[in-house]
Amino acid sequence: MTKKDDNISAMCRPAIGEAGKTGDWRDKRPTIDHNKCIPFIKKKPACFLCWLYCPDGVITATIPISIDLDYCKGCGICAEECPAKAIAMINEEGKDD
Amino acid sequence: MPESLFKVNIEEYMLPGNRACSGCGLSLAYRYALKALRKNTILTIPASCLTVLHGLYPTTSVVIPCLNCAFASTGASASGILAGLKALNRQDITVVAFAGDGGTFDIGIQSLSGAAERETDFIFVCYDNEGYMNTGTQRSSATPIGALTTTTPFLTKQEHKKDMLKIMEAHDIPYLASVSSSYPVDLYDKFVKAKRIKGTRYIQISAPCPPGWVYPPRDTVKIGRLAVETGMVVLFEIEDGKFQLTGRSKTLAQRGNKLPVIAYIERQGRFSKISAEQVAQLQNWVDTRWEEYLRRAST
Ligand SMILES: Cc1ncc(C[n+]2csc(CCOP(=O)(O)OP(=O)(O)O)c2C)c(N)n1
Ligand code: SF4
Ligand code: SF4
Ligand code: SF4
Repeated sequence: MTKKDDNISAMCRPAIGEAGKTGDWRDKRPTIDHNKCIPFIKKKPACFLCWLYCPDGVITATIPISIDLDYCKGCGICAEECPAKAIAMINEEGKDD
Repeated sequence: MPESLFKVNIEEYMLPGNRACSGCGLSLAYRYALKALRKNTILTIPASCLTVLHGLYPTTSVVIPCLNCAFASTGASASGILAGLKALNRQDITVVAFAGDGGTFDIGIQSLSGAAERETDFIFVCYDNEGYMNTGTQRSSATPIGALTTTTPFLTKQEHKKDMLKIMEAHDIPYLASVSSSYPVDLYDKFVKAKRIKGTRYIQISAPCPPGWVYPPRDTVKIGRLAVETGMVVLFEIEDGKFQLTGRSKTLAQRGNKLPVIAYIERQGRFSKISAEQVAQLQNWVDTRWEEYLRRAST
């Protein structure tokens, strides 16, 4: 326990998943075809535009890239911005267009 | 790896699983603003989508200390935090206020103007989603002409957007910048620069909002880009009175290939009732301002 500061009446502490598993919000799931992904093909750091533009920061800029589906909200920006069309948005089970 | 590619700080200060909508432009911009500001920062934030992103007591999705201030008091609360830091003899911390366009153009303008006049040593950031989004898309003075909002539901908004950047420029502050969530590296660089400067700094972020602007979340980066391509949003900075266009806006000025505003408005449901006359008015508004920016960039 940290010491209580009487000057502070209400203070929040950082937590991943503050709003719960936001992956539940998704209608569509981003699905990566690594054989189309530029850094994976070149075997060196390149592109990573999906990492750059993901508003939730749930993509890793690693080889291969990976997406944290517990928290990915399914916006589809990564698929839209990928210059190699390596990410497809696939319907989640039970969710149609 | 992205450090060398994009030259940005790899650390994340906004945690996943927060309350921002899917595809939120503010969320994307905030990720990079915090990367640039880093840990020795104290934030002050009035009621807005950003307070929602920060989360509900007793947890928060942001790892940088933040004060939740009352709506009209953002600029004054920054002055208060600075006074506290001075009393504690802490000079290594940057105070950053972060408010929506409602909290800047409308409700926060007097305390912001006061803080700038007192030359308060802080960065004021306005993320501009062109409406009161957190309370359900009411019109603000940042909403463009021709847009549907819940308070302009039939006839669309009849007035042009307020030029808040010009108002802040008139305060003779040392640094002022216009950025967009669709150009995160340009945004990052300007925040890094602002952090190094002393005095009042003002940064305005164009931040597309899927539910408020009525377009699919996947298009956030595209819409923000089109705003710049059409000159609806112009990327620039003014440092010690010296104006310069930056990034994509600079290229557009050099090549002279700005797109017509229709390319931007046709992709958003909020403009579904815009009249032909309003489109012409909007185009005229954009062109007049663009000419002025070109003139200023060439002197
Ligand atoms: C004094 C006061 N008036 C009204 C409200 C209700 N309120 C909370 S958030 C909000 C909208 C804020 O709009 P803006 O600053 O543009 O930020 P955004 O929601 O778009 O992120 C309003 C009106 C409040 N919290 N306090
Ligand atoms: S944007 Fe596409 S090609 Fe580039 S790293 Fe991401 S998945 Fe790979
Ligand atoms: S769908 Fe959206 S939230 Fe999910 S990984 Fe892609 S960009 Fe990020
Ligand atoms: S309403 Fe708009 S600005 Fe607010 S969290 Fe949702 S997308 Fe972001």
